[in-house]
Amino acid sequence: MGEFKVHRVRFFDYMPSAIRSMAFNSHTERLAVARADGAVEIFNFADNYFQEKVIAGRDGRSIEALCWVGCRLFSAGLDGEITEYDLENLRPRYSIEAYGGPIWTISGNSEGTLLAAGCEDGTVKMFEVLEDRIQFQRNLSRQKGRIISLSWHPSGAQIAAGMMDMIRIFDSETGHATHRLLVDRGVGASKSREVVVWSVAFLNDHTIISGDSAGKVQIWDGLTGTLIRTHLVTKWDVLVLAVSQDESSVIAGTSEGTIVQFQFISSTVGQQDKLWVRTRTFKNHSHDVRALVHTDSAVISGGMDTQLVVRPLLDKVEKNTQESALRKIAFPHRNLVSCAKKAGLLLFQFPDHLELWRLGESDRNGTPGESLPVNRKPEKLIQLKTKGEDHICCSALSPCGSWLSYATVAAVRLYRLQISSNNISIQKVSKLPRELKSVHQLCFSSDSCRLFASSSFSSVVVVALNQTDCKYLHTLKHKSGSRQPIHILSPSEDGQWLATANTDCEIHVFNLRKMKLHCSVPAYSSCPTAVSIHPTTGNLVSVHADQQIFEFSLKQKEYSEWSRQLQRQGLHPLWLQRDTPVTSISFNPNNPAHIMLHDVFMFCIIDQSLPLPEAKTKFYNQMILRSLPQPQRLRESHAFKTCKNFQHLLSVNLLEDLSLVVVERPLVDIVAQLPAPVRQKKFAT
Amino acid sequence: MAALCEGYTLCGLVPAVNRRSSEIKGIEEERDSDHVIVTDSSRSVTLYKVSDQKPLGSWTVKQGQVLTCAAVFNRLTNEYVAVSDNKVIRIWKEDDIILDKAFKATVSADVRSVHCAHGAEPAVLFQRGAVRLLDSLLSAPQQPVEEVLVQDEAIRWSTNIVTETQQMVIFTTELKGDHFLYLQRLKPNSVQKYRLEPEEPGLSPLSFWASYRDKNICLLYLYPNGRVYQSLVSVRGPAPDDGAQAVPLPRDQLLSLPVGEELLEAASAIFLDDAHVAVVGVPHPSAGPGKDFLCIWNTNFQTLQAAKEMAGKLYGQLWSFSSKLFIPHGKALSVIPFACPRSSLALALGKLKQVKTEESKTSTVVPSWNTILHGEEAAPPKTAEARKTRTTRKMQSSLSLTIDQVQDLIKTAPVEEVEKEVQELLSRQDPKDPQPSLGQLALALVSRSLADPKFYSSRALTQLVPIRCLSHSVCPDLLPLALEKRDYFLCQLCLLFFHDIPEAVTCACLKTFISLSDADAERLSLEPDSVSFVEMLISNERAQTGLQNGFSPALCEEDRTDAVDDPKAKAKEKQKASPQQTCPVGKHKAALINEVLQTAYSEALLLPHLKDFSSDQVVLFLRYLEFLYLRYSTDGFSQMHGYRSPSLNQVMDWVCMLLDAHFTVLVMSPVAKGLLLNLQSFVRSQVRLFSELGKIEGSLQELTKMKMKKDVGQYSIEVIELY
Repeated sequence: MGEFKVHRVRFFDYMPSAIRSMAFNSHTERLAVARADGAVEIFNFADNYFQEKVIAGRDGRSIEALCWVGCRLFSAGLDGEITEYDLENLRPRYSIEAYGGPIWTISGNSEGTLLAAGCEDGTVKMFEVLEDRIQFQRNLSRQKGRIISLSWHPSGAQIAAGMMDMIRIFDSETGHATHRLLVDRGVGASKSREVVVWSVAFLNDHTIISGDSAGKVQIWDGLTGTLIRTHLVTKWDVLVLAVSQDESSVIAGTSEGTIVQFQFISSTVGQQDKLWVRTRTFKNHSHDVRALVHTDSAVISGGMDTQLVVRPLLDKVEKNTQESALRKIAFPHRNLVSCAKKAGLLLFQFPDHLELWRLGESDRNGTPGESLPVNRKPEKLIQLKTKGEDHICCSALSPCGSWLSYATVAAVRLYRLQISSNNISIQKVSKLPRELKSVHQLCFSSDSCRLFASSSFSSVVVVALNQTDCKYLHTLKHKSGSRQPIHILSPSEDGQWLATANTDCEIHVFNLRKMKLHCSVPAYSSCPTAVSIHPTTGNLVSVHADQQIFEFSLKQKEYSEWSRQLQRQGLHPLWLQRDTPVTSISFNPNNPAHIMLHDVFMFCIIDQSLPLPEAKTKFYNQMILRSLPQPQRLRESHAFKTCKNFQHLLSVNLLEDLSLVVVERPLVDIVAQLPAPVRQKKFAT
Repeated sequence: MAALCEGYTLCGLVPAVNRRSSEIKGIEEERDSDHVIVTDSSRSVTLYKVSDQKPLGSWTVKQGQVLTCAAVFNRLTNEYVAVSDNKVIRIWKEDDIILDKAFKATVSADVRSVHCAHGAEPAVLFQRGAVRLLDSLLSAPQQPVEEVLVQDEAIRWSTNIVTETQQMVIFTTELKGDHFLYLQRLKPNSVQKYRLEPEEPGLSPLSFWASYRDKNICLLYLYPNGRVYQSLVSVRGPAPDDGAQAVPLPRDQLLSLPVGEELLEAASAIFLDDAHVAVVGVPHPSAGPGKDFLCIWNTNFQTLQAAKEMAGKLYGQLWSFSSKLFIPHGKALSVIPFACPRSSLALALGKLKQVKTEESKTSTVVPSWNTILHGEEAAPPKTAEARKTRTTRKMQSSLSLTIDQVQDLIKTAPVEEVEKEVQELLSRQDPKDPQPSLGQLALALVSRSLADPKFYSSRALTQLVPIRCLSHSVCPDLLPLALEKRDYFLCQLCLLFFHDIPEAVTCACLKTFISLSDADAERLSLEPDSVSFVEMLISNERAQTGLQNGFSPALCEEDRTDAVDDPKAKAKEKQKASPQQTCPVGKHKAALINEVLQTAYSEALLLPHLKDFSSDQVVLFLRYLEFLYLRYSTDGFSQMHGYRSPSLNQVMDWVCMLLDAHFTVLVMSPVAKGLLLNLQSFVRSQVRLFSELGKIEGSLQELTKMKMKKDVGQYSIEVIELY
């Protein structure tokens, strides 16, 4: 069917940042994840764990705690500020200084009216949550030693605070400390070290559960302030606790990377006297588990090893279903690589810099399976450091390779590149139109003379580029009323169409000639993860977080016949079982029937001229086809041609000369760059 | 299996005519396990070297004085300590010749005993319950000694226990029929008092024994009704509150020994290790009323592991020092070495590998340890279950008179009537819950048959054997009786259902089966399953072809591979090989031998008995085993049928053992030469097969390695093709 020359690129040193904190909003089923570099990511658990929003971080912002109040997201960190995020514009809305030194924790009460922050100076500061901001209300009585962790009693009348060597219980009305629970230090050498109560949980029945740096999970009676039970879980620290909604289960994350579950069950069947019993241990992490969420059916954990792990509790989900599968989310669900198809350049986006590489060359042709000798090595042309503290939220490289643009929360920057074989020049375009601000996605048109930027209120700013300057042309708007950010911009090859997708699952197509909305694709319940317009047929192909594929004819403004057939027949189960989203779609100009897409673990060419695979046919059939003689091959083949030779794909692009560029980032390389985990005694070592 | 070795006499005793106890007051270990000091009840203390059976020294107090407690040896100072006339403590060294010249001190109260455990200071127990360390006592011999015990309370037994951190003296007392245990800790002093659970009224423990294990003191005591109890006393225990209140001491029944009609008088039980108890003065379960037995019981499996009849009267005294039992009996003090290997299930049952048939067949009728320990119906732990059956036995025998009646009937009635009654009784039983007392019927039948040579009821016994309640240890004479009466069907049943047949008996069976003439054997009626298995084995012996397990009989003579291509040579080879393919024994005989092959055994114990076989027997047996082995390896049918059959491993084990036992004889014998050559080439072909497999494995590993090695590096340009 096709031979490809593949540039296999492994020099993108993408390094995800460690997960610091997580908060789960059970009403909207959104998980907020804070990373060590200050970035906040929003995952939609109702939609196949799709990472729908990323708010870029910033130097010096270290988030220690995240907290949902209703649909509003707050964070606090060691910079001493409480920040609320604007989830529509993907930026911090405001930050206020708490004046208590570094903030270790924040926690909202169940009504969503108050926010308590635990500070380094020993105060618990109460903030009133107002309509558009938060306002300092008062301090609870000040303690000696920092407040590391906080937990509200569900009634809101009391609040438990984990400190050094102790836990305090405050009356939230009066602000006085009512109990002091002394936490034992570790034995032996650590006796002299203060024990840090990393996490507390205040349950409805006034049970307090604490996890501390001596490796203990302790159960306390909050009414009397007495210790009920101690579970020694690890030799290292218990860093985080999470309680299930019904308070029947508690999980504790440790420095060893284990997660220990405790359940409130009766020791013998049929008896009423329940107690907290250590039940299960999960080990999905190699490093510290810093953040935990206990949903009704799963344990969600993250930590130093940067992966987000969703571990379903097998007693809560149906066995052997998609839901019961362990999921590890290690790579972002968006592109960090831009490719200049015509120039053979690659742009890699890092939080605080960009790298521009030129691909290598080989003048030889080879037979399939062969590695070609590399004549010219790939070359790093430019490393561009950002100005200011804000991290890059998006970047783009024009197809001809002469424009480069990136955006931070604060600003958009555009550069003009001139690259000849031995001379590279980069020139900043100084005067950008005022409309280019608050940008979350950037994209160049295929002829490189337009720049599209998704902006606030789901609008797209169109800027015209020419040799000398850039000029604001138009702001494209749709009328659906959605204010959610646009996360995909996809212009057509001929420059007529621009497709946009936002996190409200809407796909709008604009006519760039008339600069107005052409049509909206009928809304589908799952968020589009990749959208692209076919260069010749003008069909829009979209792939969604639930792995469904649609093809929509822009001329007829209806789903194409192929798409209908695909929906009638259904996708192959193995296709639907993949757990990473398709992040890009491209087309082969030589063969209009081919659609190329990829996720982290495979890339796939869909041949629309071939029959779709039935549920019982072998989906991954490349090996079998290879062994068959040519005529038989045709009979056996089906539309989905999957290649799994390359793994941990961050990007797959088809260059103009029809060679493929695959950018791999093997997980082992990421793991190799992690700091050493805590030492563990292994048997026979 | 625990075993008692041949004993020897350490010293003679003056026969005690009308006394219950022997003249030995006590035996204590001296400097090492080979030296003991024996204190006799009159005046002398003697030091013996046990392995030499000779005295090394003896000390006697003056006429008129009496030693009132057993002498002990203080290892710290190499001194002996004894007490004469209740109040005079005497201390001497080995080179002191005359005892009267040695050190003595008179104390203010009567001394009950002196104890000195390994490496600890001697402790003195006074008759009224006070305890002093010898050193502190001697520093002020006339110090007042308090009374711990109340009026009428008297010490019955005492000993000394040393834990890692503490030394303690424990003693039991009796007060108006109640028994108490005192735990006196030394340094710091504290005393804890426990009350023993009362047994039937009027019964006092006959013997006590205490040992320290796992932070607990384990107290073992035997009652005259044959029950052996164990109580665990925690060393740490509750906070000492001056022992004001006697804490009830829970107990576990370890064993219920058969005592016959009358209660025991002089008996004692001691722990040999955590699973074995040595009992003296209790009747052997199948040897009638005589009580002159020394037995070792396994408490985990409730089985009698070894027994020895002692000549002369037993005094119910027993000591054990480092795998030697010291037992005074009749006119002598005997030393009997014993061995208690760690009792694992495998050892207790021998090698029982055939799990498959175990599940399919036997488990329904016979309690296998597998099902008792892990099985569905055995929820209570093993000892509890066994204990229950033992305790209920007594109850039920008193309740269900019919079994007793039948038992009485067996003693007198003719065979036909007995058989009828037994059958009727069995038909009334619930097959799921057979009564253990049914086993008594078998015992009665066997003892009648032994006593009356004309009486033998094969039918009744064959009905009784497949019941859960019978085993070889319960009725050890059954299988030898069946052999003697040539009742081979019963033998087969016993081999099938008993899991504890000693290797000697197994070998006796095997020997009889092998030397059985085929004509006789064909007349037997045997268990149909086993016979049909052999029939199948023989019937398709010709039908097999092809290579299985890498072995072709055509190839076994020579390692010529081209023989396969040449049809003539192949036929010739086959002809040559075929004689081994006929079964060397008749099918009934084969069925019987198969039964032996499947029994449990342990190799070390079986080997000596195997050596008794004559060379003809060995050759025949070996030929049969070879036949089985060939059948098994030339077609894969050892797995495919549901019969109870010996497994390939069992066959192989027997071949190995037989060769081990008789190799030299076989090598010399011309008859066996071909056989051995065959076996050898067979083994060689197997070895070749495995080496070939090893090569394949190696190359496969190499393949996976090659796949792994492909390292891409930072950048490469590759060509792929999609189809």
